[in-house]
Amino acid sequence: MSYHWHWGVLFEPEPGGTGTYLHYLLVGLGWTLATALAAWVLALAIGAAVGTARTTPVRWAARLGDVYVEVFRNIPLIVQMFLWFFVVPELLPTALGDWIKQQPPPWGMYIPAVLCLGSFTSVRVAEQVRAGIGSLPRGQLAAAIAVGLTRAQAYRYVVLPQAFRIILPPLTSESMNIIKNSSVAFTIGLAELMGRAKAMQEFSFHAFEAFAAATVIYLITNLVVVVVMRALENKVRVPGLIAAGSAPQAGH
Amino acid sequence: MIRLVRPILAILVLAVAVPAAAQEGTLAKIRNSGAITLGHRDASIPFSYYDDQQRPVGYALDLCLKIVDAVKAELKLPKLEVKYQLVTSANRIPLMANGTIDLECGSTTNNLEREKQVAFTITHFVTANRWVARKSAKIRSLADLKGKTIVSTAGTTNIKQITEINAAQGLGMHIISANGHPEAFQMVETGRAVAFVMDDILLYSLAAQSRRPADYEISQTALSVEPYGIMLRREDPAFKKVVDAAMVRVYKSGEINRIYDKWFLKPIPPRGLNLDVPMSAQFKKVVAHPTDSGDPEAYK
Amino acid sequence: MGGFDFGVIERSLPYLFEQGMRFTVTLTLIAMAGGIIFGTLLAMMRLSRFRSLAAIAGGYVNLMRSMPLVLVIFWFYFLVPYIGAWILREPQPVKIGEFLSAAITFTLFEAAYYCEIMRAGIQSIPRGQVWAGQALGLDYWQTMSRIVLPQAFRNMVPVLLTQTIILFQDTSLVYVISATDFFGAAAKIANRDYRLVEMYTFVAVVYFAVSYGLSALVRHVQRRLAFVH
Repeated sequence: MSYHWHWGVLFEPEPGGTGTYLHYLLVGLGWTLATALAAWVLALAIGAAVGTARTTPVRWAARLGDVYVEVFRNIPLIVQMFLWFFVVPELLPTALGDWIKQQPPPWGMYIPAVLCLGSFTSVRVAEQVRAGIGSLPRGQLAAAIAVGLTRAQAYRYVVLPQAFRIILPPLTSESMNIIKNSSVAFTIGLAELMGRAKAMQEFSFHAFEAFAAATVIYLITNLVVVVVMRALENKVRVPGLIAAGSAPQAGH
Repeated sequence: MIRLVRPILAILVLAVAVPAAAQEGTLAKIRNSGAITLGHRDASIPFSYYDDQQRPVGYALDLCLKIVDAVKAELKLPKLEVKYQLVTSANRIPLMANGTIDLECGSTTNNLEREKQVAFTITHFVTANRWVARKSAKIRSLADLKGKTIVSTAGTTNIKQITEINAAQGLGMHIISANGHPEAFQMVETGRAVAFVMDDILLYSLAAQSRRPADYEISQTALSVEPYGIMLRREDPAFKKVVDAAMVRVYKSGEINRIYDKWFLKPIPPRGLNLDVPMSAQFKKVVAHPTDSGDPEAYK
Repeated sequence: MGGFDFGVIERSLPYLFEQGMRFTVTLTLIAMAGGIIFGTLLAMMRLSRFRSLAAIAGGYVNLMRSMPLVLVIFWFYFLVPYIGAWILREPQPVKIGEFLSAAITFTLFEAAYYCEIMRAGIQSIPRGQVWAGQALGLDYWQTMSRIVLPQAFRNMVPVLLTQTIILFQDTSLVYVISATDFFGAAAKIANRDYRLVEMYTFVAVVYFAVSYGLSALVRHVQRRLAFVH
């Protein structure tokens, strides 16, 4: 049986009456970006903290950072997503758990998705931050302390600004990763781009048109992210600061 | 950046280049391969599901096996291998369209829109689209669901219908799309959703198997009446003739009553549950006058 | 909800491991082998002097790396039966089960990532090695297969293994096509028996144990291979 192509399906109304299928998918893109952005903020905050902690001589902080990284790195993303959505509310006190479960879509799915993606990505960020800090000449930290800054001030004003500039290229690929990984959130019911493409396939029976549209949207989004990050790199570049070459990393 | 232009072009080229294929009849395919593949579900009790040894069993499967006997006789094959393929609500039509399965034996609604993609044989059950909710939620009518969170299963006519009704009547319901029937029912059990919209027969069986069946009630309101049919490929009149004839034979001979009793009025695997659902007036009409119509009007 | 019944884990162990884990492990091994082979070929194409080959391989790798894995899984799930029919000149789309669809998907997807690893590995081999091979009269294929690739491969073993561990974790995404891998099997039991907390926690613990164990193994291998030239 041949496949009947029908690109016009993108302009047909979707069953929920919100507009055309194309509009339906683009709203999904909005949710994808909202999830990715919020998770990215969380990931940067936690990742910077954990990555820095792992480089300090404070033993308990370094061990805690190690444990955090190992736990969130060795569990698959979809399993983590299910843990946040299905398991966490059951482990909390009944009243709190019930309140969380009552939250209507999309917030009931958005919050767990952001927490999951944020913690998952924070591990990668932590590793990059640790590598970035490690690639700085030892003299930087020593000089900062010699000049009279406390350790915290040295990190805040000398070490971390340089480290972040060094790791901007790997952070670019992490930005693309977080957008790709947000697609897993549809398994807990978040109606982002991937979930909507699947719903479009189920409602309209036009699988290839739906997935082709989603693919093009993801590709264009990636393009935009790359352009934005390159611009950011140029803007914050410090002339003369040599970036560490990155060895091939495993991962997606 | 330039490097991503080529992948986009590649997608567009691929889209245009997938070739059309001519269609060969299912009977010829079965004769050549010596096997017939039955699509079945994993949890559509009592139509098509796994017993506790993970073997597919059910009312629709029993009817399909009668069809298989008829095909075997028609093709005069000494033996015909029966293969089983698990399907879901979301992939049953694509898998039929692409040739993975020859018959889909489950709880698939026959409607005019689906008849554009696949064909159906004689209706083997008539169900109504209702919802199940906790008795404590006191949901008496559709209006009671305004603004609430409800759930249905991905890829079903039920979720599509409730999405359309939600928009048309401005009910402002939040609709969750669950990956399967048990998961959807669990959302009601755990309180994530107030009601689960699905075919009533599936709701009866899910409620009957739950921890506390007495906690749940199935709505009086029926959002639509739906006939279930065994699916087969479109534009294959020779195969449809054999399948339809087999079904009519089962109905006219009265054997349908024995098969119906076995799955709806007696204890069924895996835990000996008795659904106790007598044959509805609508289905009795179908048995008397077999039809494969996808139009709900035909079943009033 | 109250009491958790962890006995459900014990009762489902045979199903989880004999069906689920076997699917996961088999899929991982097949995708690893196929992915590395195809990935190495892609790497050689990207580094070849024929611009068109480099462009095709580059385009393929960039495409795969730009798409979410679940989208690729869905694409192949729907597309492979049609392509199979076209290749085999069948009139109808060819039957493809979940496992075969997943195996093809993961092999082709991971190949893009293995390609980049092998490319870095090949490029890290000093050019002198290649010239020495040519001086000895070896042709391109002999130079690659006997001199460059063995060294490149050995240098990249830790990174290749780490990528395989990530592949092992990513196989859990076959859930979206309702395949019964380890995670899918646990989800089925969780839904059937209403034991979400027990099953999902168990799955997380098992994945953690296996991934952490394998990572420790990779670190050990890395130390053993650490003599640098």
